[in-house]
Amino acid sequence: MRPTRRDFIRATAGAAAAIAAGSAVGLASAQTVAAPAADPLALELANETLDAARSAGASYADVRVGRYRRQSIATRERQVSGVSDNESYGLGVRTLVDGCWGFASTNVMTRGSTRQAALEAVSLSKAARAAQKRRVELAPVSPVVGTWITPIQRDPLEVPIEDKIALLLATNEAALKVKGVRFVNSGLTLLKEVKTLLTSEGTNVTQTMIRVGPSFTCTATGGADFQSYEEELAPRGMGWEYVESLNMPGNAERWAALAAEKLMARSVDAGSYDLILEPTNLWLTIHESIGHATELDRALGEEANYAGTSFVAPPEKMIGSLRYGPGFMNVQADRTQDGSLSGVAWDDEGVPADKWLLIEAGMFKDYQTTREQVARIQKLTGVTRSHGCSFAESWNAVQFQRMPNVSLLPGERDVSVADIVADTKRGVLIRNRGSWSIDHQRYNFQFSGQAFYEVRGGKIVGMLKDVAYQANTLTFWNSMDMIGGPGSYWVGGAFNDGKGEPSQINSVSHGCVPARFRNVTILNTARSA
Amino acid sequence: MQSTSASGSFVLSREEAQALTKRVLSLSAADETRVTVTSERSGNTRFADGGITTSGSTSDTSVTVTVTFGRRRASSSTNVLDEASLKRTVDLASRLARLAPEDPELMPELDAQTYSTVDAFVTATADLDAEARAEAVSRAISAASDAGREAGAIFAAGFLEANARSIAVATSKGLFAYHRTTDADLSITARTPDGTGSGWARAGARDWTAVDPEAIGRVAAQKAVASRRPEEIPPGLYTAVLEPQAVTDLIPLLAGALNGRNADEGRSPFSKPGGGTRVGEKVVDERVTLYSDPADPALRGQPFDAEGLPIRRMVWIEKGILRNLSYSRFWAEKQGKQPTGPPLAGGLALVGGTRSTGELIAGCARGVLVTHFFYIRALDPRTVLQTGLTRDGAFLIENGRITKPLKNFRWNESPLLMLNRLEDIGRSEPTAAGRLMPALRIREFNFTSLSEAV
Repeated sequence: MRPTRRDFIRATAGAAAAIAAGSAVGLASAQTVAAPAADPLALELANETLDAARSAGASYADVRVGRYRRQSIATRERQVSGVSDNESYGLGVRTLVDGCWGFASTNVMTRGSTRQAALEAVSLSKAARAAQKRRVELAPVSPVVGTWITPIQRDPLEVPIEDKIALLLATNEAALKVKGVRFVNSGLTLLKEVKTLLTSEGTNVTQTMIRVGPSFTCTATGGADFQSYEEELAPRGMGWEYVESLNMPGNAERWAALAAEKLMARSVDAGSYDLILEPTNLWLTIHESIGHATELDRALGEEANYAGTSFVAPPEKMIGSLRYGPGFMNVQADRTQDGSLSGVAWDDEGVPADKWLLIEAGMFKDYQTTREQVARIQKLTGVTRSHGCSFAESWNAVQFQRMPNVSLLPGERDVSVADIVADTKRGVLIRNRGSWSIDHQRYNFQFSGQAFYEVRGGKIVGMLKDVAYQANTLTFWNSMDMIGGPGSYWVGGAFNDGKGEPSQINSVSHGCVPARFRNVTILNTARSA
Repeated sequence: MQSTSASGSFVLSREEAQALTKRVLSLSAADETRVTVTSERSGNTRFADGGITTSGSTSDTSVTVTVTFGRRRASSSTNVLDEASLKRTVDLASRLARLAPEDPELMPELDAQTYSTVDAFVTATADLDAEARAEAVSRAISAASDAGREAGAIFAAGFLEANARSIAVATSKGLFAYHRTTDADLSITARTPDGTGSGWARAGARDWTAVDPEAIGRVAAQKAVASRRPEEIPPGLYTAVLEPQAVTDLIPLLAGALNGRNADEGRSPFSKPGGGTRVGEKVVDERVTLYSDPADPALRGQPFDAEGLPIRRMVWIEKGILRNLSYSRFWAEKQGKQPTGPPLAGGLALVGGTRSTGELIAGCARGVLVTHFFYIRALDPRTVLQTGLTRDGAFLIENGRITKPLKNFRWNESPLLMLNRLEDIGRSEPTAAGRLMPALRIREFNFTSLSEAV
């Protein structure tokens, strides 16, 4: 039997105290914003929705109530091109009947409407029985009650809008000082999501996720050419203090100078080079060639019609057998990482955040999982719990397996990018994310960047343009022969990783160090005919 | 009002939407106010390994308020429709607008406009419920299993969705625009049990009854069977026959290049060296015409844009000649042009040929047949150069016949440049809601590397 609403609130406050003491996710000591408790109306409606789903025949049900706020400011040159502040609020209910899922949602937070959503979810579950292939079985999880908030010092939505606009316009002004730079865009996207999850097994958690995403791009024109440069201002699960730490107005002139310099850069000679990737570029290569390849739903074919399957399949032939890269390569999945985009205390099934190795000493070890996936590989991995990778982008979307933070761990020696350059006879160094594309089984990829440098005899000798690198995932990772040490670790990430039908976005971070890859194919992307 | 959008089958009617916009407009004391109401209801069914994996339904109604004080403007939105929330949203937008700096490019809100009448709402699509979707999915899976039997047990994965949506835009200066629309889309990927073959098919339309689930299942499985054990040919320049779905993946990428401001500012392939644009010049093969038209029965697009500006027929490229670029209201005024709204607002059609895809294959001495593309990303805005991969069925054509399946390719190619290497253009057909596209035969399509992906 579930506790009453008053018990929930009391239990929630107790759990919050336990987490603040650092027991659950190791919160940063500088955190100054406390985790809010669930909205009483949301709890009441969620409880009634659960009851309605159970009464209608659901063997399991979960309800998420979410309030999502997104503030965006966009500027160009000396003007603001858009200011908006949007909120979305509603309830989604997921049900199991005879092992079939159903999901329904509504933005009308009234008793009648949320009860109707519960009945609709159950009817969707029942309709799905007509084409059932496999009965859903959920791995066990202990019920949990608590609250959590992204560790931040200052809520970005509480910062006055005029301060934000002033910061962006000062950034643009600095960039426009550079000769040839005619166009500048800068912006801020600030997100706050409050999500309450109740399950029919007794879980009741409320989490507040805060994320900030600054951006800066400029374009220089000269003759018949134009070249752009985008700085890699990684979005983070942090507060306003992160935006301030980037010192955008102080750095913009330096960034803009790179766009102007690109106009004069030499167009690369296509060929085979040793490739040095800075973390600002490598994080996305990790995302595409490791992060997506190790999603269990892809390996099992559930994503075949959209994002694709994976070469890391079938699981019985891959776990413990596939050599992904050299022995010093360790790749960790982690939803407990402070400051990261997918950092949480519990996933959208109430599973506690987890940290585990996907690749250990170069060998593939484990996948990303949700509760219903555990049984599919349990005998191969010996892992009986979900890794906590269930996520839905909003109250109106059903949760499914999404990528946690996936990071390349630093090497033991304290190697810097300068050390790697000094050790390279003939190479190309790439900074920041450019164009990216990879096939639907994650073999063949092609990535570009924002700033490219020619390396000769252990030195950077000049800037290049029109550069992209193309490789096969396993060949590429096995050609890695040098990586940076702990001092060179940096965390990149993105707000908008798409997967699923209907397509949903996920925010995810990737930490990594600079690395060198031998004999990689470099293309020249300029083309006139 | 709330109960209307919550659990009924339909989206907000014209009268309901107008009542809501009036209510919100009455809460604003700004110099000018614009209210946009979007109401939608969606149902979907997803399947893999021949069984339904998830199915869902959602309904939502949101209100976006854009307020202007002098030359300052901001917007705020909410989907909580009680009086207090609407008031809070109007107040928040007003507060943000007062804090925003003056926008030198701000255009006043529009007053009353007239729009083309577009009937894009089909009840059969809006009414497609969970049972009907499950039944259609079962039929598609059965058809795929039957058509793929010679390869063993076909793995069928796919997605069916049906959406109904209405949008209303109103301003404090008397503008009111309303449009409602539906779309349905079914796609299937069929994979052979040996893991060497994969096929795909899709159909999308405003009208669900125009979609044939059995045909989609059958074609996907036939392609999967035919694509087994693909062979390798070296990357390079090959003639390519692009099926209409592959063309649908590429041609809308021209939209960015059609932006008039970018062309005027010297950062578009349609900029003229030394200043001005290439309007009036031949930019692609003379058999190619590209247009948008919400009133075209094959497109049935939205007849107004986000500001309530009427969207009319726009011929971007006529018989190879660049005729028009897209202009925002501000840039149009500055350049002495007519504003057009964004380029894809009224759907997109590429026309110019009469032959079937089969005839384009028959006319090909040696080339690669492409089912569709995947993961397309821009490489160079100067040429609209893109990279991407072929997927779910690439085949070698020799002497007018498909002779063997091929491994997938990565390619680096531009939808603009390739239209200058046109060998033949097929008969245009509806490929998705708001898209009318033909098959194309392109000379020297740039396939750059091989992919092991099946």
